[in-house]
Amino acid sequence: MRTYIAYKLMHALGVALVISVVSFFLLFYTADPAGMLLPETADAADIAEFQKELGLDRPLVVQYADWLGRIVLQGDFGMSWVAKVPASELIGVSLWPTIKLALAAQLIATALAIPLGLLSAVKRYSLIDNVTTFIVLVGQAMPLFWLGIMLMIIFGVWLKWLPTSGSETWVHLILPAVTLASFTLPLNMRLVRSGMLEVLSQDYVRTARAKGVLERRVLLKHAFRNAAIPLVTVTGVQFGALLGGAVVTETVFAWPGLGRLAVESIQVGDFPVVQGVVLVLSAFTILANLAADIGSAWIDPRIRFD
Amino acid sequence: MNTVEAVVTREMDRTPSGVSVALKRTWQLRMGVFGLVLVLGLVGAAIFAPWVATHDPLEQDILARLQPPSFLAGGDASHLLGTDQLGRDLFSRIIHGARISLMVGLAAVLVSMTIGVVLGLIAGYFGGKIDALIDFAANAMLAFPFILLAMTLVIVMGASMENIILALGLSNWPIFTRVTRIETKKLREQEFIQAAIAQGLSHLRIISRHILSNLAAPILVIATVEIARAIIRETFLSFLGLGIQPPTPSWGLMLAEGRDYMLTLWWLSTLPGMAIFLAALGINLVGDALRDLLDPRMRQS
Repeated sequence: MRTYIAYKLMHALGVALVISVVSFFLLFYTADPAGMLLPETADAADIAEFQKELGLDRPLVVQYADWLGRIVLQGDFGMSWVAKVPASELIGVSLWPTIKLALAAQLIATALAIPLGLLSAVKRYSLIDNVTTFIVLVGQAMPLFWLGIMLMIIFGVWLKWLPTSGSETWVHLILPAVTLASFTLPLNMRLVRSGMLEVLSQDYVRTARAKGVLERRVLLKHAFRNAAIPLVTVTGVQFGALLGGAVVTETVFAWPGLGRLAVESIQVGDFPVVQGVVLVLSAFTILANLAADIGSAWIDPRIRFD
Repeated sequence: MNTVEAVVTREMDRTPSGVSVALKRTWQLRMGVFGLVLVLGLVGAAIFAPWVATHDPLEQDILARLQPPSFLAGGDASHLLGTDQLGRDLFSRIIHGARISLMVGLAAVLVSMTIGVVLGLIAGYFGGKIDALIDFAANAMLAFPFILLAMTLVIVMGASMENIILALGLSNWPIFTRVTRIETKKLREQEFIQAAIAQGLSHLRIISRHILSNLAAPILVIATVEIARAIIRETFLSFLGLGIQPPTPSWGLMLAEGRDYMLTLWWLSTLPGMAIFLAALGINLVGDALRDLLDPRMRQS
């Protein structure tokens, strides 16, 4: 197990390094901060001075090492070119709303996926199974941002039940969280269903039933515990997708999280902030993948020896 | 009721009867046909847009701006779905939007499929260091928040249709690599491939003649679903102003413009979104049907 964790940790570090390189060079190679930030009247001397001030006259590799060193050692993502405050400050403020949104959405999705997936597996081809299949179909074809706007129109504008923007109270969280939950719900539900179907045909389930164990106990204790393994793994693996969905959702609902920060910074060309957000979101994804890898190896020892 | 009876009835409850399985099959068939109809509608609208549309999608008529659809109160029969903030005919713009969406979706998937399949074949066939490298690159790409990557690429390269296609294509290849790599590995162990290697056939020939032909079905199924996802992603980039630029009729752009009137003129954002939804739904249904047809093993689940 220790070797396995060490191996996965090395892998995760490698991925993080690659992502830092890509996001640094992709943005800095093409970004033109002087053109972005200086007035149009600036002449060549002004531009040169400005670039020196930002340290842009140094070789790219040096800039990269400097940039990465500051991030890793001091949590310093550089200054925002537009807001003129440390990017880490902007990111720090936006971090919690995104975590809150992602957790709420994952909670809703899981809370719906488990009972629906279970029921549709147990009562195969029944009404509930068809409803589940239908949700999966619709969910996979629904553009998140459109769903968000539709929910706003129906529950915010027509029924006036829920606020459409803002983030002050938990009521504000409902529409964005439901929107984002619709993104992960289909896959989660399908996983629980197919996992249950597979497990229910196993010998140990038949044995439990033959012993006269209560059906509810067979389903929840014997079957679901095993069917839940892929759910754990995939929840970790698709965490990156969930964050991508959060970017979309935050933009639609003007939710003050990392996604909206990234989109706004991209639109005004504020590269240090964009890079910071990309790195933070990627770090979350890598950590979630790592946790899923280690978690599923812990639950199911067969994985370790693969 | 004694225990044995209880077990038996439970068993009967659980095992789907022949009738319900048959019903399920018909339902699947119907959904497949429904999907096909939607896809044909999408492709038809894209190909015949100039003939289907009732107006020029770019023609502005300031006097007739923000008209409701013809089926709502105050609607005018000359504008089937009403007009937008510049008085352009919404129906004609949605029809022409099908062209943009389909083109971007197909081209983006072509890019990611080509890169992904080639890398997956190389990794799976040759194994060793090159395999580890490609697998690592694919994993790194998957850890990168997709939408941020696509947005970054669009920013770096500029927002034009070609660049959106490239951005969507370049950020999505690992999906194809993963499947191709694993399937190629499995095939590589099979006897007919071993025999081909023993015969001294060139690697290129083995890969193209024997491996690729066996991979065509799963790749086709993934590609279908990915077209739908690429369409949704393009509309999102356009929605953010990072995709197709005005006045080109992109569904995402139309949705963004309609959002400003969300409080009163709900159809302006609802209708373009409906177009995206139906297109994606149709493609996904066809993808499901294809999987059923091409891979009978999947039918049970």
